[in-house]
Amino acid sequence: MGIKLKALTRSIWVFHVSNGSCNNCDIETLDCFTPRFDVERFGIQLVGSVRHADVILIAGAMNRKSVPRMKQIYVQAPKPCLVVACGICACSQHMFKDSYNVVEPLDKILPVDLYIPGCPPKPEAIISGIVKLVAKIRSKG
Amino acid sequence: MMLLFSYLIFPGFLFSACAGLFAGWIDRKITARLQWRVGPPWHQNFTDVIKLLGKEIIVPEGSKGAFLLSPYFGLLSASLVAAILGNSLRLSMESFNGDVIVVLYLLVIPAIAVIVGASSSANPLASVGVSREMKMVMAYELPFILAVISVVIKCGGNIRLSSILNHQAIFGSHLLSFSGILAFITSMLCIQAKLGIVPFDASEADQEIMSGVLIEYSGLPLAIFKLTKAVLLYTLPVFLIVLFWGKDITVPALLGKYLTILAIIILIKNTNPRLRIDQALRFFWGPVTLVALLAVILAIFGI
Repeated sequence: MGIKLKALTRSIWVFHVSNGSCNNCDIETLDCFTPRFDVERFGIQLVGSVRHADVILIAGAMNRKSVPRMKQIYVQAPKPCLVVACGICACSQHMFKDSYNVVEPLDKILPVDLYIPGCPPKPEAIISGIVKLVAKIRSKG
Repeated sequence: MMLLFSYLIFPGFLFSACAGLFAGWIDRKITARLQWRVGPPWHQNFTDVIKLLGKEIIVPEGSKGAFLLSPYFGLLSASLVAAILGNSLRLSMESFNGDVIVVLYLLVIPAIAVIVGASSSANPLASVGVSREMKMVMAYELPFILAVISVVIKCGGNIRLSSILNHQAIFGSHLLSFSGILAFITSMLCIQAKLGIVPFDASEADQEIMSGVLIEYSGLPLAIFKLTKAVLLYTLPVFLIVLFWGKDITVPALLGKYLTILAIIILIKNTNPRLRIDQALRFFWGPVTLVALLAVILAIFGI
């Protein structure tokens, strides 16, 4: 495993996309950066631009409007870039499965590396998901 | 050979970058502790830079060649300043006549590199950041140069770093005089803006314009911008020490003075919200420039 990949596991910069979500997952994601959970301990930071991102964290079921935009965001991210589906809507469309506006689940559109189920997932669940993501990068490298 | 060594390794690029990255960690750690968080481990900023080296470099469509070139110019001039300052502190014979002016010029180049690079990236948010950065440069350069002029006047018109240090070694630090303390306060605020730290980080505002000037940068160029920031975080406080606080320049004293100035920077950062660009401009051209002018006038009368 290269030193650059090892550094990647120690300094994950997250670009957070709300993809037509109900805002619960977004609130819980931001909770991870509060004093109680403080993921900056592990070098995790929120970034404003997708060009700086190592992880794209997606919340919400993909709808007709957001699919092309989401594809564009993924193309704009510098590789290696991982995709995390946060919340049950992003994982499996949840109760919007038969909705007229929701066409495809997220993993048919982008290569998803990690699923964090929950409605919304607790910050603990998100942190444990990130631990699994780091383990996955390490085993790949 | 010696010249190359002092430029690339000590006290130039490598040393100043490591010191600056470590100082950046101190900043993040103290900020985290003030917010009741734990904060990142000591190697965090080094890890960030190493990680960025392994990422893909994306050059946006429609950008010019300056997009990839300009980060290097910023880093080159910032580490040149570090080398000049370090050598004038270490061996006073290395200093040459007029190096204060050279340092003043070279300290503007990182800001210009950011402006050129970001405006060639053809991104609308980057151009908003560029216009803010340009206004900020115009705002803080005037009081900063006035503060430096007051020091030069106090030293009897010497524009040589080693003579300024010699003058302070004989007559005591400038910080202890009225004009010195006024000029020091002015230039503290100016280096806060030069470093682009809160409250003067309107050009990189993460929450409004998505890191503004850096929005299109990824991988190696972004790492170079981070390194430039780190080198400046080491260089600018050292420049202030040379100008205002240079009586005792043994290594422990320098370290203590550097940490004091860093603590003031972090304190200002953590107790102030971001200023709008027009507020910052008014602040620098109004009260700060008046204080700097007062410092120059007092220096002429030798107080």
